[in-house]
Amino acid sequence: MKEYKTINEISGPLIFVEKTEPVGYNELVYIKLGDGTTKRGQVLDTSKDIVVVQVFEGTGGLDLQCGVRFTGETIKLPVSIDLLGRILSGSGDPLDGGPRIVPEDRLDINGAAMNPYAREPPAEFIQTGISTIDGMNTLVRGQKLPIFSGSGLPHNEIALQIARQAKVLGSEEAFAVVFAGMGITNEEAQSFMRDFERTGALERAVIFLNLADDPAVERLITPRLALTAAEYLAYEHDMHVLVVLTDMTNYAEALRQMGAAREEVPGRRGYPGYMYTDLSMIYERAGVIKGRKGSVTQFPILSMPGDDITHPIPDLSGYITEGQIVVSRELHRKGIYPPINVLPSLSRLMNSGIGEGRTREDHKAVSDQMYAGYAEGNDLRGLVAIVGKDALSERDRKLLEFADMFEDQFVRQGKDEDRSIETTLEIGWSLLAELPEAQLTRIDNEMINKYHPAHRAK
Amino acid sequence: MKGTVYRIAGPVVTVIDVPTKMYDVVKVGKEGLMGEVIGIEGAKSTVQVYEDTSGIAPGEPVENTSMSLSVELGPGLLTSVYDGIQRPLPVLLEKMGDFIERGVTAPGLNREKKWEFKPTVTKGTKVAGGDIIGTVQETHIEHKIMVPPTVSGVIDEIESGSFTVTACVCKLTDGTELTLMQKWPVRKPRPVRKKLMPDTPLITGQRILDGLFPVAKGGTAAIPGPFGSGKTVTQQQLAKWSDTEVVIYIGCGERGNEMADVLNEFPELDDPKTGKPLMERTVLIANTSNMPVAAREASVYTGITIAEYFRDMGYDVSLMADSTSRWAEAMREISSRLEEMPGEEGYPAYLAARLSEFYERAGSVETLSGVNGSVTVIGAVSPPGGDFSEPVTQNTLRIVKVFWALDSKLSQRRHFPSINWLESYSLYTDALADWYNEHVSPDWPILRSDAMEILQKESELQEIVQLVGSDALPEDQQLTLEVARMIREYFLQQNAYHDVDTFCEMDKQYKLMKAIMKYSDLANTALEGGAELEDITSVKSKDDLSKVKFEKEFDEKLNTVLSAMDKEFDAIRGAV
Repeated sequence: MKEYKTINEISGPLIFVEKTEPVGYNELVYIKLGDGTTKRGQVLDTSKDIVVVQVFEGTGGLDLQCGVRFTGETIKLPVSIDLLGRILSGSGDPLDGGPRIVPEDRLDINGAAMNPYAREPPAEFIQTGISTIDGMNTLVRGQKLPIFSGSGLPHNEIALQIARQAKVLGSEEAFAVVFAGMGITNEEAQSFMRDFERTGALERAVIFLNLADDPAVERLITPRLALTAAEYLAYEHDMHVLVVLTDMTNYAEALRQMGAAREEVPGRRGYPGYMYTDLSMIYERAGVIKGRKGSVTQFPILSMPGDDITHPIPDLSGYITEGQIVVSRELHRKGIYPPINVLPSLSRLMNSGIGEGRTREDHKAVSDQMYAGYAEGNDLRGLVAIVGKDALSERDRKLLEFADMFEDQFVRQGKDEDRSIETTLEIGWSLLAELPEAQLTRIDNEMINKYHPAHRAK
Repeated sequence: MKGTVYRIAGPVVTVIDVPTKMYDVVKVGKEGLMGEVIGIEGAKSTVQVYEDTSGIAPGEPVENTSMSLSVELGPGLLTSVYDGIQRPLPVLLEKMGDFIERGVTAPGLNREKKWEFKPTVTKGTKVAGGDIIGTVQETHIEHKIMVPPTVSGVIDEIESGSFTVTACVCKLTDGTELTLMQKWPVRKPRPVRKKLMPDTPLITGQRILDGLFPVAKGGTAAIPGPFGSGKTVTQQQLAKWSDTEVVIYIGCGERGNEMADVLNEFPELDDPKTGKPLMERTVLIANTSNMPVAAREASVYTGITIAEYFRDMGYDVSLMADSTSRWAEAMREISSRLEEMPGEEGYPAYLAARLSEFYERAGSVETLSGVNGSVTVIGAVSPPGGDFSEPVTQNTLRIVKVFWALDSKLSQRRHFPSINWLESYSLYTDALADWYNEHVSPDWPILRSDAMEILQKESELQEIVQLVGSDALPEDQQLTLEVARMIREYFLQQNAYHDVDTFCEMDKQYKLMKAIMKYSDLANTALEGGAELEDITSVKSKDDLSKVKFEKEFDEKLNTVLSAMDKEFDAIRGAV
């Protein structure tokens, strides 16, 4: 491999190399510093005159005399089943003091787009043990369901609880968790690690950590490494892999930073115009393939800047992912855990994962009815603040009470409380029983006769 | 004509030393990746490449095919599933496995399959572009084989029998050979004799669409809405139930799992009109968000060209594009790689022109052969943050005649389809009035406007209710609120996942609305006659009416409910 000493310019995370032989787009690059250390980079733009390289570990310490080697191949992750139980850095080096991975294979970290024709529509219900998810926004295998949160909210606890409790009913198949931390603080990373160790989940997990003080540009490859590892475990080792990506906001910030360094025309709020495509290359790497046993399910976490769901990061994410779980500051302030606000939350794949033979025949009806009741009850709170409770009709008062009970009994649960789907639906019915029966218009009479507490008591 | 690669930056590649014309298709690099010329400057041409460009280096060879990006049109289109540049996905799956690698080409139409061709003209017939020379029974749809628009002459030889798409079936006296297949450049509209005014509604079986905001066959409609408001479900409902002969569904930059769902579901569903599987009248184009961005830009053109081809046979075609925002974003992405001067929000300045060119390809037409056909275009728009003032929504609304505004507030309370009845509009209601008069009922326009008036009144009253509570309203206004609620819940809400309710015929829609208005009339009369509001709103037949739409024996159940309603109101009157 030829080494060039022809760096012409260094600007932010980018270096410009002159007078090279033809260099391929997206190639992996090694940069050797004066003190003998090596950094890695990737070709962003290549022409006969100049090659633009983005350096993953940051350009600190680089000068024009550094040696640059082009490897002739794209970035690859060495994979093997021994990845399980390992803690790796944001660019894939061991952080746990263990040996380097002896690769069974080396895979391109950008992956390839799954042929839509090869996809199996996701339909297997995953029980997370959290009522607001299982009952109202059901997760299925192969789905990508992000948590939209804000700073200071317990999204990490929720993610950990899901990682701990998630299971497919009646199935003993191998599962694994791949965790990618992007720009998270050392403290957060430690609490994740502690939880993984406490519950013994670490041996079924692969962890990639890019901490807040690691170079921002490394964040661009961390989720790709994690997903490459996940795809390998899923499709080569038939595992069901749950991928937790936190925090996607930091990823998007890094993307914007790179765009600015390259002097690109910015899109909305300075984020690059290709952010949708870029995010989709990450989120779309979830799914189930026909004829293969494993699956990749994604749980990305992103904090909404200023709790604004229309901010470009949650907005573009929401257009790609199959729904979202929204964590609410208001519920959190009321002391409710998990503070999931079901109204703006959604699981697009819910309908294919629930019902007879999957969860229970009344699931959809119960969920719809509770949505309608809670939405109406929640609206009435505004009215009560103005006119007082006494001015409400009997019907409205019931709805108002329903909304309160819903938050207190259905939403609220313990951090280690693992509710079965039956329990979740029973709680739902016990709340619906407080409403007049004629008001349950979303539920068939047949279901009411079968499941309504008043009828069952008889 | 060969040259070399000069520069690579993502999907945009600069090539040098090869003469090109705008929109020529070129093969880039050793693997021959397909691309399209989108700019020329001196000896350099800028090419957008339809596949991943990783590893391509300057100096690799480039070949100009000197052809524009074209689609293959002929038997075999129906039931196909293509990517954005008409490569059949099942063939790609066979050739390269579950993931899409690059550098694989596959013709749009199967070259081996033989089709039974029946000529409809004989030797000596004079034919011109667009004339039908024979037919092939493709699925239940008769595929008409046409003379390409640019060809004319006198038939010298024509044969019936079994042919592949590339075999010669007909020879003109000047020696021109015609095959079952023809090619057409996607960026150029196929010619027609003239455009007609649309006068027939596209019946979709969706009450809020057919009933309140109809789109005409050959018309254009936009469905803008924030994420999670039900765009995709609405688009899929339209693809499933629209009463057109052919449906083109473009999944442009959308989710892979959703496309998988469509691919899985469509072959299982039956067309309510013909009883045949829906897939037999459908062409699917799936270019998911993680597939190459340039192919996404092309997918919309691929789709509309196929739609025009079926229109030219004299069919009614509907085209759903989900989502045109992704298409616009692909334009923006490529434009920014070209370092073009951006217009609003980074979109290229030609965004409005491209959108209007695309929607203008819809229409009800007289084809070159003199028959009538139509292409209806329904585009989903995904405005960032649900803000309708953004450029794609605004430029779309300037062109389309029907606006179905999705509302996340409605979807949050699980009111589906979550189309806002106050913000949506249709400019076709007058043009279609005659049709509704003739095929539904002369009193339909009255029912429709009465319903709209009640809904409008409801929103005004809601403002007061927000301040003082509903009990403070006079009784007749409380009744209006109740009737509005019935219209919303009984008529507008429709369950796409319910076996019966997913599709509602026009006749059923009419009867349902009529029944709600009957209640409204009876209730208002009773109220004026001095009856208690409580008694009027608690009649059992009113609650029963809410479930009628789910019944298979709709007419029977409805009549039972209506006669019960008469009796209950008789009793109320008797009590007064």
